[in-house]
Amino acid sequence: MSIFQNFINSSHSKREFLITLFIKIAGYSAIVFVGMIFIFLLLEGLPAVQKVNLTSLVSSRWYPIEDYFGILPLIGGSIIITLGATLIAVPFGIGSAVYLSEIAPHWVRELLKPLVEILGGLPSVVLGFLGMLVLSPFLRKLLDLPTGLTAFTGAILLGGIAIPTVMSVAEDALDAVPRSYRDASLAMGATEWQTIWRVTVPAARSGVLTAIMLGIGRAIGETMTVMMVTGNAPILPRGIGNLFSPVRTMTATIAAEMGEVANGSVHYHVLFLIGIVLFLISLAVNITASTVIFRQKKRQERILS
Amino acid sequence: MNKISIQNYSLQYSDGTESLRNISLEIPANQITVVFGPAGGGKSSLLRVLNRLNDLADVIHQEGNVYLDSVDILSNKLDVINLRRQVGMVFARPVVLPFSIRQNLTYGLEVAGEKDTERLNYAVENSLHKAALWEEVKDRLDDPAIALSGGQQQRLCLARVLALEPEVILLDEPTSGLDPISTGKVEASLQDLKRDYTIILVPHSVQQAARTADLAVFLLQGELVETARGEVMFTNPQDQRTEDYIQGRFG
Ligand SMILES: Nc1ncnc2c1ncn2[C@@H]1O[C@H](COP(=O)(O)OP(=O)(O)OP(=O)(O)O)[C@@H](O)[C@H]1O
Ligand SMILES: [Mg+2]
Repeated sequence: MSIFQNFINSSHSKREFLITLFIKIAGYSAIVFVGMIFIFLLLEGLPAVQKVNLTSLVSSRWYPIEDYFGILPLIGGSIIITLGATLIAVPFGIGSAVYLSEIAPHWVRELLKPLVEILGGLPSVVLGFLGMLVLSPFLRKLLDLPTGLTAFTGAILLGGIAIPTVMSVAEDALDAVPRSYRDASLAMGATEWQTIWRVTVPAARSGVLTAIMLGIGRAIGETMTVMMVTGNAPILPRGIGNLFSPVRTMTATIAAEMGEVANGSVHYHVLFLIGIVLFLISLAVNITASTVIFRQKKRQERILS
Repeated sequence: MNKISIQNYSLQYSDGTESLRNISLEIPANQITVVFGPAGGGKSSLLRVLNRLNDLADVIHQEGNVYLDSVDILSNKLDVINLRRQVGMVFARPVVLPFSIRQNLTYGLEVAGEKDTERLNYAVENSLHKAALWEEVKDRLDDPAIALSGGQQQRLCLARVLALEPEVILLDEPTSGLDPISTGKVEASLQDLKRDYTIILVPHSVQQAARTADLAVFLLQGELVETARGEVMFTNPQDQRTEDYIQGRFG
């Protein structure tokens, strides 16, 4: 009897062991891959700091052919476009999520949600085309600008690209809020709007925050569209007025110049340095997001214990 | 004078079954009316008619009339928000909102536009006393309400309704998660509360029905079988089905 039991136990534990091992390897490999990418970036990017002195790197002139490697205009370009896109994507994305999950009749929601999600999957080249051929001439005429290829055009397009991401994730979060919260709120005499803003959205806030962060991530990492519609002039944005002049982002610079650069040259290393900066920025965005969410989690855990 | 008058009321949900069938019932003010019967009899549905919470469910058909102080509460023109402030409800499963204890209590007043902190604080303390919860939570009013035990949450839901000072209180099994001592406390405070409020209670047992009922109503599969004063209903029911149900539970 006990031998038999042992046999079962050991065969079970062997299987458990193998499964655990497999999952462990899968988990660690993800970390190893990211680590390796980062090391590669560091190895290729850090030499730039030795070859170009720091003052030149943080200057505002990017003109690699004459050895001007100021990366500030590129960072500034990325930030202004991402900010603009976020300002568009967050209110529209969350607004439409609230509409779909709380207000729209059932059939509208069933129809619109997959539709918007399909829009979110459109290749960015296609949107870039739209931006070049439709949006930018339209804005040029409307605002009477010398060129329609501006930071503003880029921000609008990127905002549009990020809306489906924000909407879809935020809608899932709102949908997960228990029906009973809404009933309780309404039964106490709250109106539908009061219920949405005071109960449903706050209850879904960690999911809504994730939606915003994913939207920002989508905007900051986008390459093709911004390359096509922002004019790509490496001018350091110094104020709100620069919103309506051309800018160049970090991603667009890397994508456009990496193909033509001599392997191992200063220019080559600086492009990798830009990659490191981009990596650090998205890391910072993610860490901010997860600490905010984590803090909420911790509080909930304290409640439950 | 009757507070609520239900006349030939029928209700049908989208699944097609008639959950309430031709109900007529007069509910007196300042008394405890107990609506009891087996599961699925339509007790919760009846309560949800009285604060129009059924507006949110997929009701496909209803007919008949329901009056509160001779106001037709089924009318399209009725101010539903106002009705829900007059008719408070405690749900069978307690639903505390994801706020602090204090905010749960002030929520109803705040959405109604009350801003005066003094009045809000008074409402918090007063309603907690009435719901026999004050002693247990007075030192942690700003803790999240989810941190309370199930029974405390249920009393918080009762307190939350009392804070609104409604005229009618609907209680759907308000003591189903409580130990006998807390149940006793709640039942005792109901006896106090009926001086100021009209109370409609779905009890969690026949014993509780017998203990609390001024007027008792027996609902069986959507049909109102019998209405009688509490003392009569539980000692000398007229209908055989009522008797069977009461006897079955007792023994
Ligand atoms: N929102 C709804 N949609 C469809 N059918 C419903 C809905 N609510 C209740 N019903 C149906 O109406 C009938 C009565 O339900 P109700 O919840 O009123 O019973 P109850 O007497 O409160 O039962 P219990 O003692 O189990 O709480 C049931 O058959 C139920 O399936
Ligand atoms: Mg019920």
